[in-house]
Formats: sequence, structure tokens, C-alpha cells
Amino acid sequence: MPVAADLPGRSYPDTQPYLVGREKVREFARAVGSRDPLSLDVEAARAAGFADVVAPPTFAVVVQDLTLSQLLADETAGVDFSRVVHGDQRFTARRPIVAGDLLTGRMTVTSVKTLGGNAMVTSSTVVRDADDQEVVTAVSTLVVRGDA
Amino acid sequence: MSERLAQGDVVASGAYSVDRDRLVRYAGASGDFNPIHYRDDAARSVGLPGVLAHGMLTMGLAVQPVVERFGAARVLDYQVRFTRPVPVPPEGAVELHVEARVGRVDEEAGTARIDLTASVDGSTVLGKAQAVVSLA
Repeated sequence: MPVAADLPGRSYPDTQPYLVGREKVREFARAVGSRDPLSLDVEAARAAGFADVVAPPTFAVVVQDLTLSQLLADETAGVDFSRVVHGDQRFTARRPIVAGDLLTGRMTVTSVKTLGGNAMVTSSTVVRDADDQEVVTAVSTLVVRGDA
Repeated sequence: MSERLAQGDVVASGAYSVDRDRLVRYAGASGDFNPIHYRDDAARSVGLPGVLAHGMLTMGLAVQPVVERFGAARVLDYQVRFTRPVPVPPEGAVELHVEARVGRVDEEAGTARIDLTASVDGSTVLGKAQAVVSLA
């Protein structure tokens, strides 16, 4: 099934709140090779003025993935997971994510472009905290390979 | 922190070993359990030569020289294009090399754009890899 023609502009409901755990931040930081004391050492983070450890710059992907799951689960969207390749990715932060944050994501499909039989689906996920303040926006392009 | 950064300066670099162990750790840390990142048969069933690194792992590793230099909290914006997949063999490891150069300094905004070159075996694997950091 091809990507739905009316996909651009489609939004999905806010994801269930995601509680950022201290050990999850540390686990993620170690997995991406971080040696930053802000991400690994609570005392260092507090000394720098943060409430708890600071997540690495790509950590918001955890919340973005929850929103992309909504898109992939939407049978009317026509985005076949087995044909999807990650094309590009961007994070624009208003502030760093810190352990203890309760985050929700809301995703909107911003554009669909067709290129050589492939569909490039670009979506924007706005991640907000428990005070409804914007924390980071994650923009992702998925390349959905055509039949050819 | 005030520091003088000049366009073109190499401000940081790093090398990261990527093996299957790291892929499994990243899968657990990120929640991305797509089996093409840890099972060769799953990768082959969708036409790939074998297990590939998560693009988001490559992206996460490539910014670490910037994080070490400036701190995780000062990365305001970070973008990449995934231009070449990174196959990871069942044994041994591949090495991701990263070089970070100053692309542009915006004195007024107090920010600098850092351009990243990420390569495996001499081939770049990310395009338009740019981080904007706060110098304030």
C-alpha cells in the first residue's frame, strides 16, 4: 500500500507521559560513548545547576520513537515498517532533558515527498514537560522504499 | 565560558569502537529493538548484507567529541543525514572516527555551529552533520 495522499498535516494524540529515569540517562549515555560528568554523575550535574543528570543530545529519540510507533501502527497511513529507512534526523532543544522530567510527545506529519519511487515522510515531534513547556523538537525523515 | 573559536578550527575529535555488544546495549538503552541491529538472519530477510548499526547510535556517538568539549547541556541543535549504513560484523568491531570543526561563529547569538565528519574505513557515513553549541 502506498503512503496515504492525505498524510501531510496528520497529527496523533499526545503519547503517555514518559518519566526520565536517572539510570536510564546513565545507561543511554554509556551506550553512546559519553564521558560527560553531567550525564553520569549526579553531584556534577547538581553543581552545574541541574536538578539531576543531563541526558545526551539524542536522548529525545526515546520519546520520538513512541510517536513514530503511532504512525507505523496507523494502517491508514500506509507506512510499511519493513520498507522504512531512517533518512535524516534533527533535534532542536529549548533546554536539556534532565532525569525526573515527565515528557510527552505530539507528532505531526509535515511533508511527504516522492523521489525515485520512494516516499520521504517528514514528521515533527514536539516534546513537552509536565508544565506543558516545550523541551525539544525532534524532526525525522523516514524513507519508505517503493516496490521497484 | 568565553573562548575564541575560529572558523575551520578542529575543536574536538574522537574514535569509537562499534561492535555487536554496543548495538545490544544501545538497543536496550534506547528501546529500539529492531532485530536488523542484532540478528543477521533478520537483516538478510529484508535484503541487507547483515547486521547494521542503528543510525541513531551513529548519530549519538558522532556528537560525543562536541559533548566532551562543550558539555551535553550546551548542545542546542543537532542534525544529521544518514548517508551510508554501518555494517557491524559478528566478531570484532568497526571504528567510527569523528572530527569536529568550527563551521561558523555567531558572536551576537553567542553560538557556534560545529561541523562533524564521521567516517568508517575512510568513508563518511553521515551527511550535513552539524551541532549548534552555546558559547555563553
